[in-house]
Amino acid sequence: MPIPTPFHTRTAPLCESYEWRTWSGYLAAGVYEPSHEREYYAIRNSAALIDVSPLFKYEISGPDAARLVDRIVTRDVSKCRVGQVLYTPWCDEDGQVIDDGTVHRLAENHFRITAADPNLRWFQDVGYGLDARVVDVSSDLAALSLQGPNSRAILQELVHDINFGNLRYFRFAHGTLDDFPVTISRTGYTGDLGYELWVRPEYAERLWDCLTAVGGSRYGALPAGMVALDIARIEAGLLLIEVDYKSSHHAVIEAQKSSPYELGLGWTVALDKGDFIGRKALRAEKARGSEWAFVGLHIDWPDLERLFAQEDLPPHVTGRASRTAVPLYKNNRQIGQATSQTFSPILKQYIAIGTVLAEYTAVGSQIQMEVTVEYKRQQVKATIVETPFYDPPHKRI
Amino acid sequence: MTNNKYDAIIIGGGHNGLITAAYLAKAGKKVLVLEKRYLVGGASVTEELYPGFKFTVFSYVVSLLRPDIVRDLQLSRHGLTVLPLESTLTPLTNGDYLYRDGDHYRSLRDIARHSERDAGAYDEYGRNMYFMAKAVKYILSMVPPDPTTLNPKDWLSLLDMARHFLNLGEEQLFLLAKLMTMSAADFLDQWFESDPLKGTMSASGIIGTYLGPRSPGTAYVLLHHYMGEIDGAFRAWGFAKGGTGGIADAIARSAEALGAEIRCNAPVAQVIVKNGRAVGVALENGDEIYADAIASSLDPKLTFLKLVDPNQLPADLVDSIRKFNVRGSSGKVNLALDALPDLTCMPGPGRHLAGAISISPSIDYIERAFDDAKYGEFSKRPYIDCILPSVIDPGMAPPGKHVMSCFVQYAPYELNGGWTDAKREAFGDAVVDTLSQYMPNLKNIILHRQVLTPLDIENMIGISQGNIFHGELSLSQLFFLRPAAGWAKYRTPIKGYWQCGSGTHPGGGIMGAPGQLAAFEMLKEK
Repeated sequence: MPIPTPFHTRTAPLCESYEWRTWSGYLAAGVYEPSHEREYYAIRNSAALIDVSPLFKYEISGPDAARLVDRIVTRDVSKCRVGQVLYTPWCDEDGQVIDDGTVHRLAENHFRITAADPNLRWFQDVGYGLDARVVDVSSDLAALSLQGPNSRAILQELVHDINFGNLRYFRFAHGTLDDFPVTISRTGYTGDLGYELWVRPEYAERLWDCLTAVGGSRYGALPAGMVALDIARIEAGLLLIEVDYKSSHHAVIEAQKSSPYELGLGWTVALDKGDFIGRKALRAEKARGSEWAFVGLHIDWPDLERLFAQEDLPPHVTGRASRTAVPLYKNNRQIGQATSQTFSPILKQYIAIGTVLAEYTAVGSQIQMEVTVEYKRQQVKATIVETPFYDPPHKRI
Repeated sequence: MTNNKYDAIIIGGGHNGLITAAYLAKAGKKVLVLEKRYLVGGASVTEELYPGFKFTVFSYVVSLLRPDIVRDLQLSRHGLTVLPLESTLTPLTNGDYLYRDGDHYRSLRDIARHSERDAGAYDEYGRNMYFMAKAVKYILSMVPPDPTTLNPKDWLSLLDMARHFLNLGEEQLFLLAKLMTMSAADFLDQWFESDPLKGTMSASGIIGTYLGPRSPGTAYVLLHHYMGEIDGAFRAWGFAKGGTGGIADAIARSAEALGAEIRCNAPVAQVIVKNGRAVGVALENGDEIYADAIASSLDPKLTFLKLVDPNQLPADLVDSIRKFNVRGSSGKVNLALDALPDLTCMPGPGRHLAGAISISPSIDYIERAFDDAKYGEFSKRPYIDCILPSVIDPGMAPPGKHVMSCFVQYAPYELNGGWTDAKREAFGDAVVDTLSQYMPNLKNIILHRQVLTPLDIENMIGISQGNIFHGELSLSQLFFLRPAAGWAKYRTPIKGYWQCGSGTHPGGGIMGAPGQLAAFEMLKEK
């Protein structure tokens, strides 16, 4: 049975739809209101509060902490300063992705890693022989994501000992909200301006109350659930484990595994930083070229209209994101799959992310995606495009 | 003056003019848009009339903007965001209400509180309107064929249209015939019986018209407003971020990115006609600018009777345009508020304030409001469609403060004795008094009030008689009769002089189809 997060006493009465999902054994609101639309637009136009407490959190400390983290992840941790956050995947010895998350450098020899899956044993095993301690702090920290263009204005009213003008993208700072300590990182899973707030669980309810009191009445902030978040993260071109790729620790056949290069995360692989888990295999893959590649797709709306018109129907796509993979074709040959797709309300464009054979990834090239129209399988035109699909300037300002 | 020559000049920077300009620029034409005011948008503008408070001064929602225009002009990339506006609350004087929103079954339960039969009929009605909208949508994207001509192209088009409508099937064809001829009240009576539901639904049959819900022809207007419903995920029904000015800005940015030039503070006095051909325009400041084609997005009266000398036009056309019905009937009250209004029927803040609040308790109520107008008075108890833009888009007002947009009917352009400042304020008072019956705290929270009569609309943005559709959406003024028989294809008798405004097919509202179709026709000619 799923258990409540530290925010549950606040989120539960707001979840009018009773639509709950299970996220790592916790209850997570799928959608609060009957429709996710306002929650989605809160992310994009005002501000949204998203309970992300179910994330796994690990702290790594000790004289060899930096060495251990560097051994786990593909990015170069020596370049991560105290107060900085890195997004990174981590791999097995074969260079296949186990999970992805963020690394926060809390102090010279103190890190926190967020993860989608349990990783305690892996992190500890990788650190065998190093003078570093890995502790699971998942239940010691409540996490609330405040995303959207008004998020900074809300925090500025509530937290006076952090200069938000100076808090850059992928940096964090410690401050005081009301009278309890809070760590605020400028991170998120929406591709918008946004922050994640980390507090001890006993302060979770007060954190929620303060944010809704100021944000709700003055800045249009709303709680947002997983349904709205899913659309936003696809627009941002961000991957979701077990949807867009499978953890190499869960895969049961080799074909289910992916390397960072195959997931569009080649930029996170610092081959020259020294040894790390998977380096040898990744260097070899880089030299020979990857078989698969990550792509973004624009689905051609007039072509979709045409397919529906054949059935005398107006074009219809579900208002929610689909996590059901569908085949991608080139000249009737299957070349890959779209793993997440959604109609983007802000772009008024039907978009998808997926994986195709590396030779078909040229931006601008035309392929086809399978759609089902009135029970019939059809192919709709799609164009390969760069991600993120939506990248507002205010994200980085 | 080598750079003073354009392929096309568009008179008026409203949404249709901008759309025509954008499509022409997209086809590689050198285009200039001339707007008389300091900002583009026409009736689709957002202005900060009170410090920190942004008013959707005239039009306030978007429902009909054609999806292909959004796509062709990449309006989303240029900043168009349509925020959801999905609920309608009809407060009643006895403290009760009717509330419909995206929660279908909750809405049905609320309708059932007023009539169980109505709840049963609600989905059936929606399904029928879907078929009707689908049938009529077909003509939205076509240039009206002329039924009197011998041109084979027109005949093919008419034939195609006949085939389309005959394919509808008997039942739907009859329903369509009824829809085209009935009053909104009679049409709705076929399905519903409860007052708040019928009153509120009939309101979309009278918006922008000088007709009451019991006037024949209003059923079609009902459908006109329903049309945006069938574009599926692409539908553009809602509130534009930044107000309707956000729509005009997005179109303007798109047009400029495509190479069009937009000049504000540049009122056009006259179209220059030489040897029966339009060759340029003369601005009010005396400047003359030349172009191969001139398109007027102004209303038909201005297009045919003011911008050109009517003596250059056929007498029958001049006569038709003079008789073209543009009676303005709606006013606007915009309020800056210190706090949220508190409704007696649903106290406190909540999602209902992010939707429309419709003062339309019954068809009788709206018909009585029309009775006042019929005899030259503004409605003592008007129909009001209220929204709180700042609840939907917090950027519209300072944190914690709000703006309220009230579309009001009826306020006749030709008021008995004429409009005066005192009468305008009395009209504003009638609106605030009416709303206060449902929102008792309203008078205490008003920081600033803007009241617009149709005369004000005419004076501010130029639309004749302040008619928001550039001409009544009555059957006698639609399709091949809009704005006049024989001149419904965006052309005029003067070569090189075109029409591209809401006074042409398919009509008003922020739909953009007239501007788009006009551009297509202009490009065919060249």
